[in-house]
Amino acid sequence: MDISAIHDEDVEILLNDVFELYGYDFTEYSKASIKRRINRLFTLDKFPSFAELRYKVINDPNYLKRFIEEITVNVTEMFRDPSFYRVLREEVLPALGTYPFIRIWHAGCSTGEEVYSMAILLKEANLYHKSLLYATDINPSVVEKARNGIFPMGMMKQYSENYIASGGKKDFSSYYSANYDLAKFDESLKQKMIFATHNLVSDSSFNEFQLIICRNVLIYFDRNLQTTVFDLFNESLENLGFLALGSKESIRFSPIAKNFKQIQREKIWRKTV
Amino acid sequence: MAKNGLTLAKNLLLIGGSAGSLEVILQFLPFIQLGPDLAIVMVLHRKAGDDSPLVELLTFRTHTPVKEAEEKEPVNGGVIYVAPADYHLLVERNLTFSLDFSEKVNYSRPSIDLTFQTAAEAPFTKLTCLLLSGANEDGSAGVEAVKLAGGTFAVQDPSTAEVFFMPQKAINRVKPDFLLKPKDMSDFINSLNS
Ligand SMILES: C[S@@+](CC[C@H](N)C(=O)[O-])C[C@H]1O[C@@H](n2cnc3c(N)ncnc32)[C@H](O)[C@@H]1O
Repeated sequence: MDISAIHDEDVEILLNDVFELYGYDFTEYSKASIKRRINRLFTLDKFPSFAELRYKVINDPNYLKRFIEEITVNVTEMFRDPSFYRVLREEVLPALGTYPFIRIWHAGCSTGEEVYSMAILLKEANLYHKSLLYATDINPSVVEKARNGIFPMGMMKQYSENYIASGGKKDFSSYYSANYDLAKFDESLKQKMIFATHNLVSDSSFNEFQLIICRNVLIYFDRNLQTTVFDLFNESLENLGFLALGSKESIRFSPIAKNFKQIQREKIWRKTV
Repeated sequence: MAKNGLTLAKNLLLIGGSAGSLEVILQFLPFIQLGPDLAIVMVLHRKAGDDSPLVELLTFRTHTPVKEAEEKEPVNGGVIYVAPADYHLLVERNLTFSLDFSEKVNYSRPSIDLTFQTAAEAPFTKLTCLLLSGANEDGSAGVEAVKLAGGTFAVQDPSTAEVFFMPQKAINRVKPDFLLKPKDMSDFINSLNS
């Protein structure tokens, strides 16, 4: 029974509007999450009715920015799942080190915590100088934050623990300078980062990579859309390149799975053909 | 019927719990039997990262299959699903699970409210929720959604709970259909098969 303020039919109508007017296609996202986000926005912005929310979305192109910001889930952390980063350190980076250049794509990078974690790994493996990190997201405002590399100071204790658990040997605080409740990450970590907006649903491949990291984005997509995005990744990955997903995501159900081999028990696969 | 012989659940029992709930579950688990129409989804608060021990711990106590719920997996009858650590577990209208890494709700991820609220909107014939011991406010809003959707609300008798706060909060908000002591829970759950 539909007990939400904004019903399933409303969600469908609104997503069709957004697609037709602005080209953003959320129609193949998992329904329950997107419905919850729209209901949340409806409450936050105190719309008296669905009709008024719809009117705003249709008639105020500026509101679209807020819509995208609030519909997407941008929660992220540094060195989340330390064992994942440990396998990157121990298995993936040594393999990448044999290339003259390393191109890495963080798809759905959100506010950038993962990208800065990766930069730290590359520095410590002495590979940073020959790497390029492309960091993209559908939401322009998180891409802007990622570019700044300033994260809440209150998170640093946990990040530092994650970093150590991932095999980090340095003093984690040497990577940022503290300014009241903000931690500003070192400029030298940013040198090889390139930030851009990119929509995995509608934008095409823009380079060939040795490593693509897309974590906790595909959980928001239907199986069909997941398959499309896996094709995009497959196309954008060099032979023997790596694809890394979130800890609850898998390529198992996708047709590309047959071309990939899993690394240990982590959600990292290597392209074999 | 799917390849593994399982079919989509018609009826669902949601179990939510926090501090002091695992002991209760371990106590009734050996005595419950799930028919082919009933699935159980458990949302328990615990620390990030220690998810598989929980599934193992539960598996040890029952012949009913216990597994961590995976994204896009169908909600099949005869199975006990456990919400993974550090993700919200949502039940979709088409009776599949999805996972969500959004902000914590009531300081919790997984949040009991979120799973209960989304399950309340899914087309189960019979929906029941059971809220156990806990020191957190999570669950109350979920229970309310289940009731609004015509479901049944059972709750651990707070006087038997290690931490009474969570069941009591829910009771203050919604009148329970069943107030259960741990020793009566297996009979209650088995009765949901019919
Ligand atoms: C939960 S965050 C994950 C952040 C990070 N990868 C992590 O795992 O910690 C999901 C991100 O995916 C982005 N996203 C959602 N849909 C997208 C799309 N179609 N194309 C690109 N990014 C998208 C969101 O804006 C959000 O920043």
